[in-house]
Amino acid sequence: MKFGVVIFPGSNCDYDTYFVLKEVINQPTVFLWHKEHSLDGVDCVILPGGFSYGDYLRSGAIARFAPIMQEVIEFASRGGLVLGICNGFQILLEVGLLEGAMLRNKNLKFICQHVWVRVENNRTPFTCLAREGQILKIPVAHFDGNYYAPEATLSRLKANGQIVFRYCTPEGVVNEAANVNGSLDNIAGISNADGNVLGLMPHPERAAELLLGSEDGRVIFNSVIKYWEGR
Amino acid sequence: MKVRILVRLKNGVLDPQGQTVRHALHVLGYTQVKDVRQGKVFELELEGIDEAAASRLIPEIADRVLANPIIESFDWEFLDKA
Repeated sequence: MKFGVVIFPGSNCDYDTYFVLKEVINQPTVFLWHKEHSLDGVDCVILPGGFSYGDYLRSGAIARFAPIMQEVIEFASRGGLVLGICNGFQILLEVGLLEGAMLRNKNLKFICQHVWVRVENNRTPFTCLAREGQILKIPVAHFDGNYYAPEATLSRLKANGQIVFRYCTPEGVVNEAANVNGSLDNIAGISNADGNVLGLMPHPERAAELLLGSEDGRVIFNSVIKYWEGR
Repeated sequence: MKVRILVRLKNGVLDPQGQTVRHALHVLGYTQVKDVRQGKVFELELEGIDEAAASRLIPEIADRVLANPIIESFDWEFLDKA
């Protein structure tokens, strides 16, 4: 299975993500430059974390107009697998592949710490190897991760099982204390209605080796491979 | 020709920055300040376009790029029609 990691000006988790996919998960992986008009035949596109275009205007607001995003939209509409991590999640929201928007963190702080998220739906290509209710320890690092959606959108996300990850305590309790950034309904990650596009604020690529404190993030990449091989 | 566009969070959308500014004003004794909403100002200089066309263009730009319609609304005005 071939992965592609998109590089925007200001992406800064591109090499981490590339390293994990290529050296830890052992899959062919290529970089995709934001000005390209081709996805180079990849089977899964990853929009990595960082500060594309300096987060100017709004996080992800400029990156959504990059030439490669037209290809990503088309790829997603044909059922292609697209994973947005942190800034990549923000870009997917701005471009409309996922619903909702990001507000500044409720405490107005840049939050950089390990958090726990609960897998709320394991029937997606990105979580099919996880147990429903499984608790993953994965770090976050963001200023604008306070997820917001109008009430009608939130109801639809709930009804369709599109809420995939929610912030929780280490024991798996979803409560206000565990809601690091003030997100609506503790939402840490959502999918589109078809399940082939996923965005999440935590960084699974930073939790892929025990040496770095957790390897819980690997289940997301391994799920994608398992799904793809069994499709 | 110059226009000014004002982008603000919609009513009902949490504005943590505005709340923090309000809190700071209260600490300084300005307790008359009941609420603060923080927004963004854009000033655009246009050329090669008349007033009518600009009146169509500006809302398009604001809706598509400058504001995120899920969380923000915008107002705009001409600063200079020449």
